[in-house]
Amino acid sequence: MRIFTRVKEGLAKTRKALTEQFNRLITGKKIDDEVLERLEEILIMADVGVKATDELIRQLSKMVGKNEIKDSEQLKECLKQEVLKFLKVEAPPFDTSKARPFVIMVVGVNGTGKTTAIGKMAKWFKDQGKQSILAAADTFRAAAIEQLEIWGKRAGVVDVIKSQPGADPSAVAFDAVSTAKARGIDIVIIDTAGRLHTKVNLMEELKKTKRVIGKVMPGAPHEILLVLDATTGQNAIAQTKMFNEALGVTGLILTKLDGTAKGGIVIGICHEFNIPIRFLGVGEKITDLRLFDAEEFAEALF
Amino acid sequence: MFESLSEKLNNIFRKLKGRGKLNEENIKDALKEIKFALLEADVNYKVVKDFLESVREKALGQEVMRSLTPAQQVIKIVHEEMVALMGGKCSEINLKGPIPVPIMLVGLQGSGKTTTCAKLARFLKNKKHRKPYLVPADIYRPAAIDQLKKLGDQIGVDVYLPTPNEDPLEICENAMKKAKMNGYDTLVIDTAGRLHINEKMMNELEIIKQRVRPREILLVADAMTGQDAVNIAKTFNEKLDIDGVILTKTEGDARGGAALSIKAVTKKPIKFIGVGEKIDALELFHPERMASRILGMGDILSFIEKAQEAIDKERAKELEKKLRRSEFTLEDFREQLRQIRKMGPLEEILSMIPGFGQLKQFKHLKIDEKELIRIEAAINSMTRQERLHPEIINGSRRKRIARGSGVSVQEINRLLKNYAQAKKMIKRLTKAGKAGRPFNIGGFFS
Ligand SMILES: Nc1nc2c(ncn2[C@@H]2O[C@H](COP(=O)(O)OP(=O)(O)OP(=O)(O)O)[C@@H](O)[C@H]2O)c(=O)[nH]1
Ligand SMILES: [Mg+2]
Repeated sequence: MRIFTRVKEGLAKTRKALTEQFNRLITGKKIDDEVLERLEEILIMADVGVKATDELIRQLSKMVGKNEIKDSEQLKECLKQEVLKFLKVEAPPFDTSKARPFVIMVVGVNGTGKTTAIGKMAKWFKDQGKQSILAAADTFRAAAIEQLEIWGKRAGVVDVIKSQPGADPSAVAFDAVSTAKARGIDIVIIDTAGRLHTKVNLMEELKKTKRVIGKVMPGAPHEILLVLDATTGQNAIAQTKMFNEALGVTGLILTKLDGTAKGGIVIGICHEFNIPIRFLGVGEKITDLRLFDAEEFAEALF
Repeated sequence: MFESLSEKLNNIFRKLKGRGKLNEENIKDALKEIKFALLEADVNYKVVKDFLESVREKALGQEVMRSLTPAQQVIKIVHEEMVALMGGKCSEINLKGPIPVPIMLVGLQGSGKTTTCAKLARFLKNKKHRKPYLVPADIYRPAAIDQLKKLGDQIGVDVYLPTPNEDPLEICENAMKKAKMNGYDTLVIDTAGRLHINEKMMNELEIIKQRVRPREILLVADAMTGQDAVNIAKTFNEKLDIDGVILTKTEGDARGGAALSIKAVTKKPIKFIGVGEKIDALELFHPERMASRILGMGDILSFIEKAQEAIDKERAKELEKKLRRSEFTLEDFREQLRQIRKMGPLEEILSMIPGFGQLKQFKHLKIDEKELIRIEAAINSMTRQERLHPEIINGSRRKRIARGSGVSVQEINRLLKNYAQAKKMIKRLTKAGKAGRPFNIGGFFS
C-alpha cells in the first residue's frame, strides 16, 4: 500500500535521528544501568516525557532482570513493542460513511495547524470521491476566514460557509451543517479559532458550538479532532486533558512532523486518554497528510 | 507542583533537620528531584545535566542559612543559578542607529510571529513614541499579508502593501525605501514561518539580513516548545546570529522550560513575552519570574525567600500564638509593619505573589510606602496602653496622636477602623483553624 511508504517518508528524519542515536548510544553494549540511562536520554529528548519514559524503562528493566533482553537489538525490539502497546488504542475506525453529512470539528491551541490540516483533509476526502463543505468558525483571528477560503479553493470543496469577523462561531457551524444536510454533502469540516485550553470562556464557546451542531443533526459532530503540534512538549498533555474534558476528543492530528521534533509526547497521551491518532501532518503542501498507523509509527520511531 | 517539589525535597532533607552543611550525599537525591521537575517543565535534557552540575558545585559545602531549611536552601541556589543563566535583568530592544531601523521577526510556523509583529509595533508606537511601519514578508501562508494588514488597521499602524509579484527580499527593500520617503522610523518585518532545517527558506532570511541589515533579529518561540527548542534556537542563531528572543503564549499553563534551553544554547536574551491574543498583551521578560515558573513555584518562591530572611522566626511564633488567642494588638501590628518593610518595596513583593499581577483590580494599585511609614508614626505616638487596648482611643486621644505624629485625624480613624476589621477577620481565620499561616495585612491598605 502506498500509505506505508508515505508515512515512512514523512517520518524519515525522526526515524533517522532516533535510530542513529540509538545506535551511537546503545548498540553493541551490554544492557546495564548506563545503557538504561542513555535510553532515558533518548526518550526524554524525543519528548516522551518523564512519566511515560519512566514507565517504559521500568518495563524494560524488568525484562532485562528476567534475562528476556540480553543485547541492544532485543532492547530496541522490546522498546518498540512497549511503545506500540501505548499507541494502540481501542477506538472505532475513522469512517466517514457512517453518516451524511459526516461532521468533523477541529480544535486546538493557537498555531498548531488546524486550518492547514482541514485543507489537507478536504483534499484527502475529495480524492476518495467525497464532497465537503468547510465552516469558517474561526471568526476571531484576523484573516482566518480568508485563509480557510484559500484552502477550500485549493482542495476543491463545494463551499466555505462564513460570516462576518466577530460573528458567533456556533451560528457559522449551524449554517454549515444545515447547508450540507439540505444539499446532501458528504462531509462538513469545522475550523475553530485557536485557543489556549486554560481559557474557560473560550472552552465554553466550543462546548456551545458542539451543542448547536448536535441540534441540527443528532449524533453530530461525529469526530472531534484535536490538533497537536509535534514541537510541543509536556504541555500537550494538559491540552489534551482540557479539550477532552470539555468536548470529548475522538482523535488527534499530530502536525509538523517534517521538522526535527519527534512528537514523542503522543505516546503517553494515547495511553493516558485512550484517544487514537488519526492523521499526521508532514509539511505545508496540500498532500502533506498521512493516515496514522500505530505499527508504522512505532517502527518509524525506532 | 510547588508543593510537590518542595515537599519531595523536604522529605529528602528531613534527616538533616539539625542544620549543617549540604554535602555530596544529601544533595544527590535533591538534584534528582530537581532534574525531574526541570524535565517536566521541558528544559532540554542536556541543558538540565549541565545546569545541575553547576548547581551541585555551588551547593557543595554550603552552610545552610539559619532562617532556611536545607530544602529551601537548595531551591534558593537552583533559583539563583537559573536567574543568572537567563541573564539576570530584563533586556531592552535596541533601536539605535540610522533611521529607519529595521527589526525582523523569525521563527517556526505557528509560533506567533504575525500577532507579535503587531504587538511590537504597538509597543514601539505607544511606549517608545516611534513611527513604525509593518512589513509583511510572508508570501507563502494563505492570507498572511491580509492578517497583518488587518492587525495594522486595528492599532493604527501603516502596513506596506506588496504587489503580488514581489518576493520577500523585494518586499523588505521596497518597504525600506518607502519608509525613508514617508518618515517611518522603525520597520517591523514579519517573515514566513519556516523549519530551521529548511535550507532554502533559511537562506532567504540570510539574504534579507545581508541586504536590509536589521538592527534586531528576534526569534519568536512558543513557550510550549519541548525538547526541540535547542535545535531550533541553535540553528536560527547559527544562521542569523539573532539578537534576542520573544517567547509567546506564556499566559497558558506551560512551564516554559524552553526559555532556559534557548538561553543556554544561544546566550541571547529573551526580550519580551506574549501574554495573550490581544494586541496589547506583550510584556518585558523578567528572568526572576520565569525561573520561578519553570520550577513550578509561581513567584511565591522569592516571596518566601525574602520573608524567611526578614521575619524573625521567634517573633513569628509568638505572633501566631497571639493570633490564636485573638490578642493581636496595635503593637503587634506595628511589629508586622516593621518586618514587612524590612522585606523590601511592597509593590515588588506583591507583584511576586502568583496571580496578583494578573488581577485586574490590582493592575493600577500603587502601594504607598509612605503611608506605611505614616501608619507606623501614628502607632508610635500612642501610649503603650493605647496600643494594647485600642478601644480606649477616644476623640481627644486621637487628636493628641495626630498632633504627635503629624498624621491627620481622619487617617487615624481609618487606621483604627481597618485594624478592627482585620482583627475580626483574623478571628474568623483562626476559628477556621488556619492560624498557622502568617496573616494577611491586606485589609489595612484599603
Ligand atoms: N512544517 C509544517 N508546517 C505546518 C504543518 N501544518 C501547518 N503548518 C504551518 O503552521 C502554521 C500555522 O498553521 P495554521 O493552519 O494556520 O494553524 P491554526 O492552528 O489554524 O492557527 P490558528 O487558527 O491561528 O490557531 C502555518 O504556517 C502552516 O503552514 C506541518 O505539518 N508542517
Ligand atoms: Mg486557523
